[in-house]
Amino acid sequence: MARITAGVATSHVPAIGAAFDQGRAGDDYWKPVFDGYQWVKQWEKQEKPDVVILCYNDHASAMMLDVVPTFALGMAEEFTPADEGWGPRPVPVVQGHIELAAHLAEQLVIDEFDLTLMNSMDVDHGCTVPLSLMFGQVEEWPCRVIPLAVNVTQFPTPSGNRCWMLGEAIAHAVESFPEDLNVQIWGTGGMSHQLQGPRAGLINPEFDNAFLDGLIDDTDRLRAITRLDYLRESGSEGIELIMWLIMRAALGEDVEELHRFYHVPASNTAVGHIVLRPRALVTA
Amino acid sequence: MRTRLYPLEDLEDIPGTTVFTAKRSREAYHLHKFCMSLMEAANREAFKADEQAYLARFRMSEAQKQAVLERDFNRLIDLGGNIYFLVKLSNTDGWSTQKAVSSMTGMTADEYAAMMRAGGRSPEGQRSKREGN
Repeated sequence: MARITAGVATSHVPAIGAAFDQGRAGDDYWKPVFDGYQWVKQWEKQEKPDVVILCYNDHASAMMLDVVPTFALGMAEEFTPADEGWGPRPVPVVQGHIELAAHLAEQLVIDEFDLTLMNSMDVDHGCTVPLSLMFGQVEEWPCRVIPLAVNVTQFPTPSGNRCWMLGEAIAHAVESFPEDLNVQIWGTGGMSHQLQGPRAGLINPEFDNAFLDGLIDDTDRLRAITRLDYLRESGSEGIELIMWLIMRAALGEDVEELHRFYHVPASNTAVGHIVLRPRALVTA
Repeated sequence: MRTRLYPLEDLEDIPGTTVFTAKRSREAYHLHKFCMSLMEAANREAFKADEQAYLARFRMSEAQKQAVLERDFNRLIDLGGNIYFLVKLSNTDGWSTQKAVSSMTGMTADEYAAMMRAGGRSPEGQRSKREGN
């Protein structure tokens, strides 16, 4: 039976991808950011997940113009890195897991989540920057990936609580998949940032750190944060944090924190990163 | 039980912020069609070779075309645009996202970068026009 063994969250800033691809990770500006991911890169080598369910948002690369799905599940054999206006990132093609993706598609719709199913799509920095941060520079990504794109761009986005409920449903769906698979779930985006208008550059470390704390022991508070609260407190793009709640909910009631990192800034954004283990697995 | 969590008018209450709604998305559809066309190298070359001629291919408003020519990102957002589409334009120009974003703040790119290195813009006084907090 498939099982979710860990949850990982991280920001997915495009400039991190550019620094990584252009060999600037050791620069004074970027070194503190990449140092924050040394631990997880070693940890992932030991964990060897078979599949990552990767919650991210498409930044108007594969959707959001003609079609605006609230939740879109990647069903394809593979997902090519998108050209976001300066050529595609020079990273491996992302390999899907069509059997587990199809199982999720069936079970989640039965569980009343009316997903959009993507049989063909490119993936942008929202998906590939987290893969670079967790796995480093590789010829092939070391696991299969099921991208789950969430609309966090066009208002109204799904609520944080709706994302939480989706995460719970994903946990149940994974548990009912017969093959023995080591599955991780990642929530990406955030933390506080705003990329538009005179308020651009907003960073709210108090909000961000309270959010990180809440993932451990105050999830009811996080579920109740409204869309308007995110916009006010964490900036117009900080609402990406709702995707972290999908990850967190899929881990069950209690978690152990394995690692945490917070840094300001990467370009316009507060970088947050956390690694969580379901408590049921820690004590088992 | 059905609940409306809060009136959508509250979205207008956040200082210096334009929330990208379904209505705005529709206003900017053709502008965004142009932006997404820049995801192909051949289109980027055609745009760079003759911006006005390239823009004439799209059913954008004249105001949107003018704001593209002027790289006026605040105006483009006023006209319905969203940053994730608009960065296709700034990426085509070889701008960093930070430079594109800074152009909306009334600061120079260097001033904005310095503010970010110093911890970014504080949310104090930036949460609500009504409450002034």
